[in-house]
Amino acid sequence: MDLSDTPEEAAFRARLREWLAAVLPGLPHQPSPDDWPGRRAYDLGWQRRLHDAGYADVHWGAPPSVRLIFLEETEKAGAPYVGANFVGLLHAGPTIAAEGTAQQRERWLPPILRGEEVWCQGFSEPDAGSDLAALRTRARRDGDAYVVTGSKIWTSHAEVADWCELLVRTDPGAPKHRGITWLALPMDAPGITVRPLRTLAGSAEFAEVFLDEVRVPVANRVGDENDGWRVTMVTLSFERGTAFAGEVVACRRVLGELAVEARKNGRWDDPGLRRRLGRLHAEFRALWRLTQWNVSAAQASGGVPGAGGSVFKLRYSHARQELYDAAAEVLGPDCLDLDRPWTLDRLSSLAYTIAAGTSQIQHNIIAERILDLPKGR
Amino acid sequence: MRFRLTDDQRALREGVREALARRFDADALRAAAEGAAGAEGGTEGEGMGRRGVGAGSSGNGGGGAGGDGTVRSENGAGGASGSASAGERAGVSGVGGERAGRAGAGGRPVRLAEADGGAAGARRTAGSPRLDRALWRALGDLGFFALRMPEAEGGVGLGLVEAVLVFEEAGRVLLPGPLVATHLAAGAVPGAATGETVVAAVDGGLVEWLAEADVVRGDATGAVPLRSLDPLTPLHRVPAGRPAPDPVAILLSAAEQLGTAVRVGELAAQHARAREQFGRPVGAFQAVAHLCAGILVRAETARAAVYAAAVTADPADIAAARILADEAAVRGARDCLQVHGGMGFTWESEVHLHLKRAWVRTQRAGGVTQSEDLLAAALASETV
Ligand SMILES: Cc1cc2nc3c(=O)[nH]c(=O)nc-3n(C[C@H](O)[C@H](O)[C@H](O)COP(=O)(O)OP(=O)(O)OC[C@H]3O[C@@H](n4cnc5c(N)ncnc54)[C@H](O)[C@@H]3O)c2cc1C
Repeated sequence: MDLSDTPEEAAFRARLREWLAAVLPGLPHQPSPDDWPGRRAYDLGWQRRLHDAGYADVHWGAPPSVRLIFLEETEKAGAPYVGANFVGLLHAGPTIAAEGTAQQRERWLPPILRGEEVWCQGFSEPDAGSDLAALRTRARRDGDAYVVTGSKIWTSHAEVADWCELLVRTDPGAPKHRGITWLALPMDAPGITVRPLRTLAGSAEFAEVFLDEVRVPVANRVGDENDGWRVTMVTLSFERGTAFAGEVVACRRVLGELAVEARKNGRWDDPGLRRRLGRLHAEFRALWRLTQWNVSAAQASGGVPGAGGSVFKLRYSHARQELYDAAAEVLGPDCLDLDRPWTLDRLSSLAYTIAAGTSQIQHNIIAERILDLPKGR
Repeated sequence: MRFRLTDDQRALREGVREALARRFDADALRAAAEGAAGAEGGTEGEGMGRRGVGAGSSGNGGGGAGGDGTVRSENGAGGASGSASAGERAGVSGVGGERAGRAGAGGRPVRLAEADGGAAGARRTAGSPRLDRALWRALGDLGFFALRMPEAEGGVGLGLVEAVLVFEEAGRVLLPGPLVATHLAAGAVPGAATGETVVAAVDGGLVEWLAEADVVRGDATGAVPLRSLDPLTPLHRVPAGRPAPDPVAILLSAAEQLGTAVRVGELAAQHARAREQFGRPVGAFQAVAHLCAGILVRAETARAAVYAAAVTADPADIAAARILADEAAVRGARDCLQVHGGMGFTWESEVHLHLKRAWVRTQRAGGVTQSEDLLAAALASETV
């Protein structure tokens, strides 16, 4: 067992640090959360810089341990988060890289890596959330195109996306997992309506997407017709792999800030609060170790994150909520002030046990796939 | 970074698991607990040998420790010279667990009087377990105690990571005895490394296995036996005890907790697959399945924390490991008990033994609050 960097890893880390130190001071200010075009431009601009510096494909081209160093160092340095590039870099990109044809990889991957195109994920539907395979958005073959009708919901970044990784039903007669197909949907195609949805935090992070007889070229299909479920599972395992590693680093920083704030406002004198923060410190240290553990396992198994991702996702999403509950205790009455950043973060943290597979679904996955318990109802 | 077990470490763990299965299997555990539950009727030496810790007989119940209920510790606060000579003596005479042999070790620093019958009845720890000296020697032969000593000094020459793996296995099977204290005494107390000397240590207000030890480290003056919650860990209360949290002791206890956490997860899942109600395995009910999944999540998170702490030996990592491992073991054992239903509430099932031992370990080294305080202080000082 070795937690230290290999010579290659150390060299990568050193180079990255040096580059971040040089480039970050010159970065423009983050746009306001409501400025969608501004956010899109900002996030793409950051990806462009990464690309030009040689870090573009770190999310799926590099070994998992290198990706982890990237996430750790960029977060520590206060670099921008993937933001609107999330789906492109962490879902659609890896899926196309793994399952796409040479032409498809050539068409879609470089613009993702160069920070030119934004992707969103059109999986969930009003009647297909946890039971994703129940999705009903219909795609009918018509010559060299699929004609798609239906609706998607909770589609993050839909308003600013160029492409949508879309799951559609191509064979309504087949068992539900076998009639699904994965399509790359151009978001400017005729027949698409995007209606933003306001989250409980007040912003419009996600949207409803209505599809009315939208024509999608057959050439935009990744994988075989009706094989979309398998293609999708490749994507989802990435989502639960190292996607949150940078956030664990961020949470540890927030903990330190909570201690500073508590000292300032006197609440540090409360041993109950101190111990609560001490426990959270243990929690996030452990989550970082668990990340390293999972990454090492993925590295050994050829890069595919396993069910360990569910263990991490489950634990982390709750820890994050507890962190911001503790922040509320540190803030006291100020925890009701939306101008305190932790107040908004506390609201956002509520999504973590729902998005990317609810906590209940993660429990099911662990029970069935790791513990081999019978499938429940 | 390569945060995985090496092949050697994997082999070590397998080897230890097999050796422990031969020496102290589930039957031995149950028999030991059975014996401890039993009343005073056992005969001398019963249960020694293959079946591990056996019934305490009325003659050596570990109950009265001297007429005044105290145990004397001649070596004071772990003074090296005192314990060394004591250890030598014990090394000569305290072999094999024969009662006669032990009685012959008249100069042992911890001299337990024979059970005092009715006089101190209120304090008596009826059925207090005896330490299986043969097992202890076998552990010594295995290298359990000398694991981290340099090879030049007769040790195995391995490190903290390997020690953690071995203690995880010990925790998994609920191996009885003052394992951590004796392991830490190896090299300092003669005979400890080989398992010839049984070493107990004062830890806060408690001493585990005092009556069975040849050497006690720390000041055990005024020790009084208590009726131990854990049938397989006899306990004494000491009045003046202050926790002396050696980080390695904390880590090895955390490793034992990890072993328990993993084991109760397996037991819970096994039972959930096998036990049927309403025409299906109870594990098909989500309420049950999610309890099992929760045990696994806590255990695996604790594993990452414990292993990492073994690699870094950083006190903050060790404190974190302890917090996570205590939680994983205690909550895991409780949920495991819940999954077992009424069977879980019986003496016969091994589940309660895991919970009770986990509770015992939570009291070590100042308890979890000590670790929480340390990590809170670290938050304020370091850049985490
Ligand atoms: C902030 C945010 C961003 C999102 N972004 C996207 C996106 O970009 N693209 C996209 O496609 N989707 C996205 N989602 C959707 C997300 O994947 C779904 O919300 C999630 O899968 C849950 O589905 P649901 O909302 O329909 O809840 P439901 O499935 O209706 O669940 C309701 C409740 O029932 C429980 N439940 C359901 N089934 C079971 C079961 N079998 N066993 C036990 N309990 C069960 C759930 O745990 C939950 O508590 C996003 C969600 C959020 C909150």
